[in-house]
Amino acid sequence: MTASTGTRRPAPRANGRHAAPTAVPPLTKPARPRKIASAERLLPNGLRVAVVRRPSVPMVEFRLRVPFLSSKSHHLARSSLLSETMLTGTSRHDRTSLAIALQELGGDLSVGVDADRLLLSGSALSHKLPDLLALVSDVLIGATYPKQEFVVERQRLIDRVTVARSQPAVIANEALGKRLAPGHPYAVSVPSVEEVADVNAGAVRTMHHDLVRPNGAILVLVGDISANRALDSVERALEHWTGEQGTRKVPPLPSPITGPLQLVDRPGAVQTSLRFGGSSVNRADERYPAYQLANLAFGGLFSSRWVENIREDKGYTYSPRSVLDHSTLGSVFLASADVATEVTAPAILETLYELGRMALLPIKQSELELVRQYAIGTSALSIATQAGLASNMIALLGAGLDLEWLTSHSERLARVTVDEIAAAAGEFLSPRNLVCVAVGDSAVVRADLDRLLDVEVVEG
Amino acid sequence: LGNGLRVVLAPDRTVPVVGVAVLYDVGFRSEPEGRTGFAHLFEHLMFQGSANLEKLEHFRYVQASGGIFNGSTHLDYTNYFETLPSNAFERALFLEADRMRSPRITDENLANQIAVVKEEIRVNVMNRPYGGFPWLVLPPVLFDTFPNAHNGYGGFEDLEDATVEDAAAFFDSYYAPANAVLAVAGDFDPDIAMDMIDTHFSGIRRRKRPVRPNFGEPGLSADRRESVTDALAPLPAVALGYRVPDPGADPTRYLATLLLAELLSDGDASRLQRGLVQSRRLVTDVAAYLGTFGDPLEERDPTRMTITAHYPDSTATDDVIAAVDAELVRVAEQGPEPGELDRVRTKLAGTIFRELDQILNRSLEFAKFELLFGKASMILSLPHLLTEITDLDVRSAAQALEGSGRAIVELIPGAE
Repeated sequence: MTASTGTRRPAPRANGRHAAPTAVPPLTKPARPRKIASAERLLPNGLRVAVVRRPSVPMVEFRLRVPFLSSKSHHLARSSLLSETMLTGTSRHDRTSLAIALQELGGDLSVGVDADRLLLSGSALSHKLPDLLALVSDVLIGATYPKQEFVVERQRLIDRVTVARSQPAVIANEALGKRLAPGHPYAVSVPSVEEVADVNAGAVRTMHHDLVRPNGAILVLVGDISANRALDSVERALEHWTGEQGTRKVPPLPSPITGPLQLVDRPGAVQTSLRFGGSSVNRADERYPAYQLANLAFGGLFSSRWVENIREDKGYTYSPRSVLDHSTLGSVFLASADVATEVTAPAILETLYELGRMALLPIKQSELELVRQYAIGTSALSIATQAGLASNMIALLGAGLDLEWLTSHSERLARVTVDEIAAAAGEFLSPRNLVCVAVGDSAVVRADLDRLLDVEVVEG
Repeated sequence: LGNGLRVVLAPDRTVPVVGVAVLYDVGFRSEPEGRTGFAHLFEHLMFQGSANLEKLEHFRYVQASGGIFNGSTHLDYTNYFETLPSNAFERALFLEADRMRSPRITDENLANQIAVVKEEIRVNVMNRPYGGFPWLVLPPVLFDTFPNAHNGYGGFEDLEDATVEDAAAFFDSYYAPANAVLAVAGDFDPDIAMDMIDTHFSGIRRRKRPVRPNFGEPGLSADRRESVTDALAPLPAVALGYRVPDPGADPTRYLATLLLAELLSDGDASRLQRGLVQSRRLVTDVAAYLGTFGDPLEERDPTRMTITAHYPDSTATDDVIAAVDAELVRVAEQGPEPGELDRVRTKLAGTIFRELDQILNRSLEFAKFELLFGKASMILSLPHLLTEITDLDVRSAAQALEGSGRAIVELIPGAE
């Protein structure tokens, strides 16, 4: 890449000055999407590896996904602590020397966990890939979870959980999750202080021993690397990482509890945090492209009905947005907006109106074309960087899809009709099928809400 | 161009994507007294329609092209940007030129965006614990003059008082082409791009570039300490603000201070993480960074270094401050350990490469470096400039901070 300051002065036009263009220029012919060549290998230890050469900058991106879904009651607290302490010591490194070694690679390594998976994410200068893999191998095979570091991180997690539970967004998401997936591991994503305090280093070592195994895991590398050499490096570096996870039984996703709006009282709140959620379909479903576009038309981008209404017309809120969120066992529709306390009921009224309109009446062809182009274009943007491509690939492969799914998805989007969107919206955007949660000052907002719909108040 | 607009081209045809960024040389610091938050409010107004576009059309044209857009307001500049598939390149130029020519600001749009900005402030500051900490509470302690010390999000009264006439005057003074930089990056032919830019932007009337006042202030001669109560926060926190060298006039000392901040708090091997978090278990989290929002090279003089710490025990504030001081003294007296600076530099180079991998970031960074430092390519030479900083430079940087007065703001938790 280069930067050049534009100094050439073009020759003046005949009249000496330019007429101001007044018409929006049309789009030119789109660039043909370049095929992304990925090299794959299934290692003898069961690890699936996918590599893409993308030499845009001299870096390499690393993603390792290990399935981690479990319905054990202590799983959330233990897995949270495992992810906080995995990089605090190995058989070869203490915490500081591991961190120093990572800095020397010009990179980083972090561990994240959610209900579905453990994810190691990292990056390094591309010529340091073998060193990065050696450190990862050391962590996977030899993480020691030293007691001293563990105690520090447990207290830090307790402090962070305390802070998280004071955030209205966390309170709202948890209230929604408990009704979207009642009694299921998907319901809650932040453990309680008591649950965290109960975990000891031994329990986390056992969890690592039982679950951090290559069989069923997926590794993605994207960067300025040779695919075959990278595959060989991975195979050499991780050949001693072995074993299989034990089988775990996880119940299927239960049906959401719809019914009255759940109002979580937060006295004195200057805003009400609104959340709506319901079932959707996964990406492999043939109805998915229509679901995706229906969500976009409702509230999935700025130029959507919901955002244009409650933000750009009414000024009730700053950041309303809806998404389809995909997990291993199912997909959900989620919509969120934080609105001024005094307009809580009117904001819900407008939301129900826009949802009902989507569920009952077809969208305009021009709306369909807008969201279609947005979906196709932003998909290309999301894989235009090494990091973006790596993150997309690990999510797709983890869901049983692949890059081919992504590249052929434009064609599926191109075929969606207004009628298919109406059929999809009639299902998942119907207000009757949605869970509604509001976190706000009950004393102020309750009376108006009662005039609009059934309300159930919960103490904050 | 003839009207004074500076243009930066960064072609790269490897992915079918373009990034377009326009930066105007105006930010929070240029707001008039009585109009706090106006620069940010005005940023919102620039999306409300323009010479040839109705309200809502700007968003629709970008998104219907498969692109995304945004804008943001900083101390010294305001940016507007979009990234799109490359077949929408000329469209993006048109959209930016149209609002540089004349945004469509009406009473109705103004009232609507005042309401939206108030909700933005509520969701980011008033309705959440630690909202605006420390970026809104530190400046009034660290600085004395209105431009540097005031609340950049703005008070609600000032926002509500804003008028269409204010907006017109603000646009006329600060949104002149000569006060802006346009940077484009990605999949285009540079000759064709320059012609298109000429077509769309050259006809915008030339206006005088406003004179930027000197916002400099003398350093602090002694510590200043204040506290704020956060009714929603469950645990205490503290922020330390330091005045730092002028990034434009004294890049060596400034970059040495940047490396100092990195070796203090970046990653598990850094000094404050090891000392305060891991060994002494005083704090839950600690961070040291340059610039209001963590970008070390987005402000002119005077800018700042901030150190924040969150900790569970309200009585530990002085211990936390003393522990930070002790680490600074150690660097000031002994300098970095062998190899310490090299690994911090290597890490920073990796961070810069990753950032520039994104076409949009390239357009934003080139525009920013052109606007603030007169040199778009400076971002590319940063890794090299950092290699010229010595252990002694970093030691001097620590000595300068350690010997100067600073601002201390303690956050007192008001929630259970």
